[in-house]
Amino acid sequence: MRPGPDCGSSTACATDELRSPGPRVRRCAAFSLYLRLVRYGFRKHAAYWGAAVAGAFTNTVFGVLRAYVLIALWRSRPHLGGYDLPDAVAFCFLTQAFIGPMQVFGGGLDLTERIRSGDVALDLVRPASLQLWHLSEDLGRAAYLFLVRSVPPTVAGALLFGIVPPADAPAYLVSFVLGVVVSFGWRYLVALAAFWILDDRGLAVASLVLTTFFSGLMLPLVIFPGWLGALARALPWAAMVQVPADVYLGTTGPGPALAFQALWAAVLLGLGALATSVARRRVVIQGG
Amino acid sequence: MVRTYALLAWAWTRAAAQYPLSFAVMTVAGFVTSGLDAAVIWVIFANTRSLAGFGVAEVMFLYGASSLAFTVADLLFGNVDRISRHIRAGTLDVFLIRPASPFVQVAVDQFVPHRVGRVVQRAVMLGLALSRLGVPPGRAWMIPVMVASGIVIFAALFALSGAVQFLLTGAPEVANAFTYGGAQLTQYPLNVYGADLVRGVTYVLPLAFVNWQPGLYVLGREDPLGLPPLLRFLSPVAALALAGAAALAWRAGIRRYRSTGS
Repeated sequence: MRPGPDCGSSTACATDELRSPGPRVRRCAAFSLYLRLVRYGFRKHAAYWGAAVAGAFTNTVFGVLRAYVLIALWRSRPHLGGYDLPDAVAFCFLTQAFIGPMQVFGGGLDLTERIRSGDVALDLVRPASLQLWHLSEDLGRAAYLFLVRSVPPTVAGALLFGIVPPADAPAYLVSFVLGVVVSFGWRYLVALAAFWILDDRGLAVASLVLTTFFSGLMLPLVIFPGWLGALARALPWAAMVQVPADVYLGTTGPGPALAFQALWAAVLLGLGALATSVARRRVVIQGG
Repeated sequence: MVRTYALLAWAWTRAAAQYPLSFAVMTVAGFVTSGLDAAVIWVIFANTRSLAGFGVAEVMFLYGASSLAFTVADLLFGNVDRISRHIRAGTLDVFLIRPASPFVQVAVDQFVPHRVGRVVQRAVMLGLALSRLGVPPGRAWMIPVMVASGIVIFAALFALSGAVQFLLTGAPEVANAFTYGGAQLTQYPLNVYGADLVRGVTYVLPLAFVNWQPGLYVLGREDPLGLPPLLRFLSPVAALALAGAAALAWRAGIRRYRSTGS
């Protein structure tokens, strides 16, 4: 049983489809299915607002601590990496604001757990793309966490240290969404690995190390020395934190920055689609 | 109490050893991830020769001492903040009816032996920093004292964060700001932070006694913020005071506990 990926038929859309199963209507139904999933992803996470507020508090505390370290560094080296002191402070709070939506510490997808328990068998027979299904839910999750976990640290940073407004707000918004998509593309690949390996914790840790260090969360990638800096700025993790922050600060032209993110989003989503189709054909589902 | 702890910890270790490959992978992974903070310090010092007046070996020493204390406390007591799950699920009742200290049981529940990898990494960092500093033997006695005090301070913070869970069952992550936040704060020389923040972590929440005050003595440096020099010898006192406060809070929390009935 392998239905096409774009014939959405959640229970709500099914009636429409029965009445007029033309391809145009089907595509329309699929679109509304994914929109619905975005909304469900949002609502699913909104159930845990206490945890999200606590997360925002922790992100803010770490933002303050890291900001002081960056201030000490920029006092001894003004204009390091092309940032001035207010840029460095703003960068620090922006990166803390990205932790929630970009899910920098990994996870955020229940796919791994569903693969291990065998529940993914249900997901695979659904008449919808596994990847788009999870992408939609993840966008809903990111939208909610943007409101609850990104806005408070940014506002707190502005109140405590003063923060620069976005250089180009529409470009920043696009860059933010692309950052979430790149992050999803990477986490989806990591989650799919559970089809092939039984204990995915080692991989999760490897992903955590790569993402926290090479995204710019711990330090701006612009101050990484020599070849390490050049490499870090070219890797996909840069598209999750460093590039959206740069677009916010206006320290890079929005055109090349968005193109860089879009390229990595396409590559990772393409690899994810490939891995999904391989998994669909070859892998024996655990459990029964 | 120590015997109960050791017995239960050994049981969890044997359980983890049933999957030797996972165990080895996670130990190595812990070693690598905990190297990240050191990598950050390395990148900072690739750009500057001194951070707030401290050189790379001095910062590595402060980081090594604090994070060694933190990882040991985390290995032994880090699971205490999982108590929120037991409170929500009602499974804390099981701990309360057993003839052993509930604190010991909660601390050792799901003991994670592979966290040893992180302890080893931090000990290596501290050793490397000390070999570059050449601390005179007359002041080196303070190093084991400060690490031991640091372990007690972080363990007390974990116990406090566990006690707070009785009030904040829905938001366990708030406590992380103080435990993991404390570890983050003490990685760098405290004069990096604002003077008010330093006074707060000296006189209210005694994080300055983990590595900053005794560390200044080991390094033979004046306090850049001009606090009384006596403070650098008070780490054990501060550690015991915080441990006492944590014990009281823990008892109050246990007394306040009402089972979910499930």
